[in-house]
Amino acid sequence: MKIAYNVFPFLFVVLLFIMNSANAEHNAINDTDVVIQPPQEKTVQIVTACDGRKKVIVEGYYEGEVMPVEKSRQVAQLLMSLMEFCEEEITAKLPESERTIYVSVNGLPFESVRDIEELPLILAHGDKPHTERQQRIWKAEMDRIIGEGYRLFHDPSLGKNGISCDMCHPDASNTHPETYPKFQTQTGKVALLRDMINWCIQNPLEGNVLADDDQRMKALESYIISTRAGKILVPGKH
Amino acid sequence: MSKNKKRNNSLSEFTSLTGINRREFLKTAVATGIIIVSSGCASQYSQNLTEQKAAPAATSAEEFMFAYISDSHLLARGKEHRFAKSLIKAVEDVNAMDPQPDFVFYGGDLAQLGLREELSLGREILAELKPKVYMMVGEHDWYYDMGEVWMEFFGNPTYSFDYKGIHFIVLNSVIVEDYWTQSKMTPMERMLFMAQLDNPKGKPFTVGEEQRTWLSNDLSTLSKDTPIVVFSHSPLYKYYKPWNFWTDDADEVQKLLSPFNAVTVIHGHTHQVLTNKIGNIIFHGLLSTAWPWPYAPQGIPKYTIQMDRADPFNQFDGNGWGNIDTIRNGNINKTYMLWTRNPLLVSYEKVINTKEQVPGPSY
Repeated sequence: MKIAYNVFPFLFVVLLFIMNSANAEHNAINDTDVVIQPPQEKTVQIVTACDGRKKVIVEGYYEGEVMPVEKSRQVAQLLMSLMEFCEEEITAKLPESERTIYVSVNGLPFESVRDIEELPLILAHGDKPHTERQQRIWKAEMDRIIGEGYRLFHDPSLGKNGISCDMCHPDASNTHPETYPKFQTQTGKVALLRDMINWCIQNPLEGNVLADDDQRMKALESYIISTRAGKILVPGKH
Repeated sequence: MSKNKKRNNSLSEFTSLTGINRREFLKTAVATGIIIVSSGCASQYSQNLTEQKAAPAATSAEEFMFAYISDSHLLARGKEHRFAKSLIKAVEDVNAMDPQPDFVFYGGDLAQLGLREELSLGREILAELKPKVYMMVGEHDWYYDMGEVWMEFFGNPTYSFDYKGIHFIVLNSVIVEDYWTQSKMTPMERMLFMAQLDNPKGKPFTVGEEQRTWLSNDLSTLSKDTPIVVFSHSPLYKYYKPWNFWTDDADEVQKLLSPFNAVTVIHGHTHQVLTNKIGNIIFHGLLSTAWPWPYAPQGIPKYTIQMDRADPFNQFDGNGWGNIDTIRNGNINKTYMLWTRNPLLVSYEKVINTKEQVPGPSY
């Protein structure tokens, strides 16, 4: 107990010192208030799009103030551009005196863009870049080309002798696309999967080779590769 | 009780083999020119050892040899088509055998799309065979006209015969539940649907109740010591359903066969070196003359010496024909005559002594 009484005056001094320091900090902020204005205290006017998810913060104008025609056009144009990104929540800041636009997508930190054309660059890797709708479209397109490949793979029309790919390769087995490119010993050079597809079309199927950019070649490759999803790529494996 | 008896028979036969002099084996092997795989050499799928197998204790069956050809999948494109050339090659090879086989067994899928022209071409080529030919039907022969032309050419697809002490049974194992009537498929649509091995909407093969009843009656008069060889197009077991390497009522058929002491099932359809054993029943696949199939992603029986993947640049690689030697206990030694590789013998002795999975190639 005795020790506690002796310590008390010392604690009181320390407390006073802390309080003074806090006051000093507060005074410092007040001194520089005119120079560094916090962002929320700037004069701004917020224009919100009809979907409620797109906002433009126009700096230098207070709420309800009528903007010059040129400024209004700029704001409208920016909002229209933002509306292209239906699902996203986007806030843009238009500074009073510079051309840069600051954009925040889905609550992420503001990034600067020189032009609204650059917006997709920011959006491509936002926190939810692929909407369900996008994914449905992409899947439909993938299914379409894989389905076309499946059809060709099971159809003797690629050749001229009634033989089709699936006869030797049920479920595209033994095509091992993950091993290409590889040195094909029988031809003495490095082959890609498409070279082997063409080899099969020309030989067992006795048909005509497909050009590399032939839609049928792309479809065949799509189907064959799709059957090996998850396999590790081992180019050159024999 | 009968199961134990069977096991004892097999074991005593094996024991009697081990005592035989190695020099005796080699002398016989050289004299007969028979090449077989040693039973102790599980991984020698590409290698053949000249070691003769001894004759087991005498039973009612005689030793003889027959050849087989299977799965030619002929298209109506004349004898210059690559598949026709392959069948002709097999016929020539069998005709060149010396001594000649007692008969030739054809394992089904003579045609690709069951057309009269295809079957007619096949009949014409097979007519060149010097020995007698026994025919079996495959799904490619059957589903264009439900076997009409095939039966016109080759008779009933389900039959049995006795030869030199062995009871041979030929089944139509490609019976599939009717899905075409309701969906109003044309005969060719049905055929193409059936011809696609990896058809996800395909139905499994069966022997069916009618043939199982027939089989049961056919077997009822036989003593349990009668050696039996069954021919079926699909394997009479369950290997890989998505490719119909499968017979849905296989268990029931096996049950009918299991009381017999020596039962071998020889099947087509799988186009690969394939061996299995379930209970006392040993199963052997046949090579195709047209093209080899890769092994299924799962279900490969542990008794199988897996053939390495075929060279696509050689149309004959992985294909061929074969012959079967019956041994005195009524079981068989089976030889795969792969056109571009060494002959591969899968002996009865090797099959019954397989304990662990035979390692396969790396692909």
